[in-house]
Amino acid sequence: MLDLKQDYFALFGLPVSFAIDMTRLEQAYLDIQARVHPDRFAHMPDTDKRLSMQWATHANEAFRTLKTPLARGQYLLEMQGVDPAFETNTAMSPDFLMEQMEWREALGEAREAADEDTLEELAQRLRASSRDLIARLAVALDEHKDLAVAADTVRRLKFLEKLQHEINDALTALES
Amino acid sequence: MALLQISEPGMSTEPHQHRLAVGIDLGTTNSLVATVRNGVPQCLQDDEGKTLLPSVVHYLPDGHIAVGRKAQAALAIDPRNTIASVKRFMGRGLKDVSHVETMPYDFVDAEGMVRLRTVQGVKSPVEVSAEILRDLRIRAERSLGGELTGVVITVPAYFDDAQRQATKDAARLAGLNVLRLLNEPTAAAIAYGLENASEGVYAVYDLGGGTFDISILRLSRGVFEVVATNGDASLGGDDFDHRLFCWMLENASISLPSDRDSRRLLIKAREVKERLTLDESVPVRMTLESGDEVDLVVHRDVFVDITRNLVSKTLKPVRKALRDAGLEPADVKGVVMVGGATRMPHVQQMVGEFFGQPPLTNLDPDTVVAIGAAMQANVLAGNRAAEEEWLLLDVIPLSLGIETMGGLVEKIIPRNATIPTARAQDFTTFKDGQTAMVCHVVQGERELVSACRSLARFELRGIPPMVAGAARIRVTFQVDADGLLSVSAREQGTGVEARVEVKPSYGLADHEIADMLKSGFEHARDDMEVRSLKEQQVEAERVLEATERALLADSGLLDAAERAALDSAMAALRDAAAGQDVRTIKIQLESFNRASNEFASRRMDKSIRGALAGHKIEDLRI
Repeated sequence: MLDLKQDYFALFGLPVSFAIDMTRLEQAYLDIQARVHPDRFAHMPDTDKRLSMQWATHANEAFRTLKTPLARGQYLLEMQGVDPAFETNTAMSPDFLMEQMEWREALGEAREAADEDTLEELAQRLRASSRDLIARLAVALDEHKDLAVAADTVRRLKFLEKLQHEINDALTALES
Repeated sequence: MALLQISEPGMSTEPHQHRLAVGIDLGTTNSLVATVRNGVPQCLQDDEGKTLLPSVVHYLPDGHIAVGRKAQAALAIDPRNTIASVKRFMGRGLKDVSHVETMPYDFVDAEGMVRLRTVQGVKSPVEVSAEILRDLRIRAERSLGGELTGVVITVPAYFDDAQRQATKDAARLAGLNVLRLLNEPTAAAIAYGLENASEGVYAVYDLGGGTFDISILRLSRGVFEVVATNGDASLGGDDFDHRLFCWMLENASISLPSDRDSRRLLIKAREVKERLTLDESVPVRMTLESGDEVDLVVHRDVFVDITRNLVSKTLKPVRKALRDAGLEPADVKGVVMVGGATRMPHVQQMVGEFFGQPPLTNLDPDTVVAIGAAMQANVLAGNRAAEEEWLLLDVIPLSLGIETMGGLVEKIIPRNATIPTARAQDFTTFKDGQTAMVCHVVQGERELVSACRSLARFELRGIPPMVAGAARIRVTFQVDADGLLSVSAREQGTGVEARVEVKPSYGLADHEIADMLKSGFEHARDDMEVRSLKEQQVEAERVLEATERALLADSGLLDAAERAALDSAMAALRDAAAGQDVRTIKIQLESFNRASNEFASRRMDKSIRGALAGHKIEDLRI
């Protein structure tokens, strides 16, 4: 019997791997939602409505997790018993931390100066950097099966994601 | 002669008759009700052949309540007891409402939602809205010739939890079974998308009387997927009227008009605004009760000048929504215009300039939301075969979070998450030996609690005393398909649990609703007991019917013993429903739900396996 505890890859009938066929993932997600979504059960008894909400919630969470590289990488690590522990384990390479500090300074200055161009440029550099890390994560997880490198890469990506959010917030603040 | 058709066993989709379901657009200025009749969606008319019901409620001294045009006629005569644009007050405190100083009402700043003192006593916006909904319900039941099974009510996409809950409460008060709260731009997208077989990324720009929404959707065959939504829940056509009203006061040198004069000038302002859509200039001549003379000519250029920044104000949420969707204006294939306020030429022009293409105005901006809601209600009521349905994936408009130390917000569910959704986060204690914890639930995008909307506060007690930071309290947020939140908290070690439906701070407490229901029924000389018995009987019937249908298709999922148990549970429920005791029916319904749980799980399971076995969504016909 299917249950809400099965892994997200199995839910969508996909192989467990970081490399993912996005078209198949989307198709499987829509196929499942088409069957479990609460709109299908609005005229049904409460039992069915409750089950439907649980499954639709589960499918949404599963899709969100597998869709984004960072969440997918983190999930694969958790499946293998590794907790990337963003909050506690901050033993990152000094180079990376130095780069982070530089970026934060640049962000602070651009925000202060309301410099939209610099913010956009920062966002672009950040995206390029994220792409490199995602490629590294793919190799670490799918080819080398090196969980330590994968966990380190996931932590770095998490840093970049936070920074990306802050840049977006700064850009949004400039608009309003 | 045509042969009679007999369906394959288990394939007949609806053995029972067409269920009466309607869509209601509960608007700031006007409200409408629509349904799908013989496969054709249409707005229902009142006795005079009108579809638009002005969202105005007049409380008379003799206890009568007038709704619609009759009430509208009283706006300038009895302003204090004639409530217009009540939607602006839904789920809102007095401090959240703009322009209160020019409103002729006697506000009561109650805790939570603002109230209005009328000749018939203090009224909550929920009660006022319920009058509008009741009027539409009666119109629909007369027109369709029977009681409604369920309704879809539309709300602005940018409505927060308190505003959604208030809308649902109003429906309950009006005796309506809400199948779903549907976001207005999404409803418009359904109507537009199905009509035009649209595919690709579309933006719905919805400027109503009091609210602005922008939704970015990805449409493909059989799927409506909202990618991002944004808006301003207190910006709409009313604000354009208000600008013009202020301009008229200034240019006619009137300082402090009376309530009645204010109302007349506001009504005039709206009229002028509407006429300026076609005319280049409109003369305004009126004598006020104060004796002041107004003799002005409003040119369209002037009107555009004084309201241009209101249109600019709508473009900010548009930019934010596009950013959240990761899209550029050029990625948008078409811009659907919704809401009466989008008739203003400068709105169309500025939106067109922003997107680099003329917006789509080939549908009636007043009725499209109600039509879309009616189509969705028809699906939700089960009137269409499963393979003819479409899939609608909507999102939550504003982030939901919890207050942490220092008045900061920890976001638990981010905006634009696809609903239904649930997220959990672990928190811990701050002090040694701390045994209780307050959870303060907020909604909004800001980092400070004080800048977000407070939704609820609840306490988790009975945490075992431990050193600070040792307890693990998991707080779970669940948002349902209506966009409504419920929150639970649980100490992981001991299992101490607290659960709340989010209502207290800005909604109405349950007992308040119960009191209103009671007084409402007394007023209508209806019997609440009878009503409640009937509701339970209808529910029992619905459950039995659905189960019978399920057994027809999936009886193979049960072995003989299980089947016998389910049959006897059905028989017990049938017996109870035939009786007159509400409590017995309730108890039987609950025990039936327990008995059928396993069967329901297996059917869901089978259905999901079917999805994986390759019944693809491309097969869905719409």
